[in-house]
Amino acid sequence: MGLATGDLGTREVASRSGGLDATTRLGVQIAPSPHLSDTWFTTQRLMGEVLIALMPVIVMAVLVFRWNAVRQISLCVLACLAAEAIFARFRGRPAPLHDLSATLTGLILALSLPWSSPWYVPVLGSVVAIGLGKAAFGGLGCNLFNPAMVGRAFVMLAFAREMGASAYVLLDSELSVVTRATPLSLAKQFAADLAAGRVTAGEAQVQMEMAESIWALLIGQLNGSLGETSAVAILFGGAYLLIRRVISWEIPVGILLVSFLFVELGHVFELTLLGPLQHLITGSLLFSAFFIATDPVTSPLTSKGRLFFGMGIGFLLVVIRLFSSYPEGVMFAVLLMNATVPLLNRWTVPQPLGGPVPAKAGV
Amino acid sequence: MSLFGGWSGSRGSFFGGIHPPEHKQRTAEEPIEVVPTPAEVRISLLQHLGAVCDPLIKPREEVHLGAEIGRSEKFISAPVHASISGTAMRATVATLPNGRHVPVIPIRAYETQPLADRALYDAMLGGSWPLGEAEQFEPGEIVESAREAGLVGMGGAAFPTFVKLMRQADQPVDTVLVNGCECEPFLTADYRMMVEAPQAIVAGGLLVRRALGAQRVLLCIEDNKPLAVRALREQQGPGIEVVVLQTKYPQGGERQLVQAATGRVMPGGGLPMRVGVAVLNISTVAALAAAVYRGRPLTHRVVTVSGGGIRQAKNLLAPVGTSYRELIRLCGGLTPDAARVIAGGPMMGFSFAADDEVADKIPIPITKGTSGLTVLTRREIQQAEQTACLRCGRCVDVCPMRLVPTRLALATRANRVSLLQRYHIGSCVECGCCAYACPASIPLVQLIRVGKIQFQNP
Repeated sequence: MGLATGDLGTREVASRSGGLDATTRLGVQIAPSPHLSDTWFTTQRLMGEVLIALMPVIVMAVLVFRWNAVRQISLCVLACLAAEAIFARFRGRPAPLHDLSATLTGLILALSLPWSSPWYVPVLGSVVAIGLGKAAFGGLGCNLFNPAMVGRAFVMLAFAREMGASAYVLLDSELSVVTRATPLSLAKQFAADLAAGRVTAGEAQVQMEMAESIWALLIGQLNGSLGETSAVAILFGGAYLLIRRVISWEIPVGILLVSFLFVELGHVFELTLLGPLQHLITGSLLFSAFFIATDPVTSPLTSKGRLFFGMGIGFLLVVIRLFSSYPEGVMFAVLLMNATVPLLNRWTVPQPLGGPVPAKAGV
Repeated sequence: MSLFGGWSGSRGSFFGGIHPPEHKQRTAEEPIEVVPTPAEVRISLLQHLGAVCDPLIKPREEVHLGAEIGRSEKFISAPVHASISGTAMRATVATLPNGRHVPVIPIRAYETQPLADRALYDAMLGGSWPLGEAEQFEPGEIVESAREAGLVGMGGAAFPTFVKLMRQADQPVDTVLVNGCECEPFLTADYRMMVEAPQAIVAGGLLVRRALGAQRVLLCIEDNKPLAVRALREQQGPGIEVVVLQTKYPQGGERQLVQAATGRVMPGGGLPMRVGVAVLNISTVAALAAAVYRGRPLTHRVVTVSGGGIRQAKNLLAPVGTSYRELIRLCGGLTPDAARVIAGGPMMGFSFAADDEVADKIPIPITKGTSGLTVLTRREIQQAEQTACLRCGRCVDVCPMRLVPTRLALATRANRVSLLQRYHIGSCVECGCCAYACPASIPLVQLIRVGKIQFQNP
């Protein structure tokens, strides 16, 4: 905080004696307009608002997974902050821990991990998220890919066993929620059984519907990554972000609309047993629509670009969910669409109001 | 953002824009106060867009209030007049807040003035104004009066008014917009004009309609000024009516006003005439009425002096050429925490050194386009710490010209002229919305200004 107006054009006019009033001679500044700025909405505030919006999700994670959630979240946040400090030191910069962006990366990463992963998974994930995902590109605002998703992709590929479907399940756990497979894994399993002729279509359908009532998905009584179990908590946080205008509507709407349409199509052609609504509220689809894909740095600048970006994620995640061997496709969908952001920005440069100024008229 | 605060396809609003705190309550209820005749005024020979005037008087010559003291033979120009009675001094040079060095003619005031205080106010703004006589004038007569009276746009740009009043056979004007959208924070000069002299404004609006042969005159006011709306509604008649628009910065910008009031979009780089519209500031229109009906040249204007750094904020009716220092003195001086003195409002005004040794010796005069003097405190100009661009797109959401300010800033920093072109740098009007909204406190407008220079001199 200070009086300076940035790197351009500020000049202090020295105080001199005499004149209007001796007490007024304290030095008047010369600086370019505008002379007012919105001091409430800052980089730190933007990150802080997302942290506030994450609170319901964090509370649900702790309620459902108890100390496992606390452990994962603490490990990720601490590791991210430490990594931010270390990498800033490498680059000879002061560590920008107070801008809260590393804290946020840690939280998002933690909330997209399974409850069971051993300590080195969140820690290494965090180091890669901050190091490869952010610092390597030049720090805050310069990265192409969502840092939390870079970290998650790394640990998912490096620790397939600790991150796979089995990592979510512990049959004899005291936590009832983790004794059963995640809904998306179940759906894959049933679809495979159906294809192999082990069950009839009717039976599979009944099994699925019994397993995944919408109510349980909404409240968060089903297994999953820490942050994805309760659709209601995510919707609360998402609504907060939209109302506070921290995120814009185009990305969530694009993701939800397009994934709904394509799941419906897949459902009609019996590629998936879950209906579109169930797909929307299972896995990390909702969480990513409001909290991951909306990361300002790695999403497009223009309204049209954001809509295309969201639609692209919606399409890719359905393709991965229905056709790949992974039950969930959100992470890869976000990372793939991150790569298209520079192009989307370039393709969606808006026409100025009334069209460009003809060259003759000059600037 | 676009869903809530952005594009409104209906009338009354425009794309983008911001809602800075208005800060108008401090002077909104302060009646216009007539400035006691200053000991000296300094009349700039360039107070408008166009050619600089040549002086018409010699040093030591005696001049009276309203006497023409400078004019140019060039077409786009506006003559200047003595704003007090007194003795002309040797012409000198002053630096206006916008940085231009201009020749000025100082005039030392006589002891007694033909008009002062209440009499001056009544002659300029008061009394009753004819509302049904506009049709008696030939359009050419009105244009000539505007030209002789030295009328210029009083909203800031100071374009010679008579040029706007001339009928163009190929581009007929059907709608006249009288701009009462004083959207700059702190300023209330136009607001007080609307509240105190609504009849002069309506009389002037009807004269513009006559001059241009337009069908209708729309008095455009933002919805945060209900008293002004009421005062003007009482005077409106056939062919002239009040239109209430959404309060949003920059509603008073020409392109934004045309879009909000008529739904028409001015082509890039084009004048309002291209879409059949003429836009004039409400003070300009009132000055036109004074010129035509009372034969008064433009010698005085209302100036708001406000901001946290001024002791006693006021709306002043001041002679053109009064120094900013005199205005500050009349308002009780600066407060100890005053940090920036701005000619105009805080969004687009120019800050200048009103308070150093040079300003003591060579006072800076106000001109016909000066709508206010805003003095901000340390606290008011405080900015958040500058960080890297987050690419959050806020600048894009608020830009009323639909540009991508952050990309323009980036292109400027990299000195990439082709990128400046691709992102339409020529369309930027420097309204300041992007820099106001930027969470990273990047000086976007200033970078774009630098970019414009790079663009012109690649």
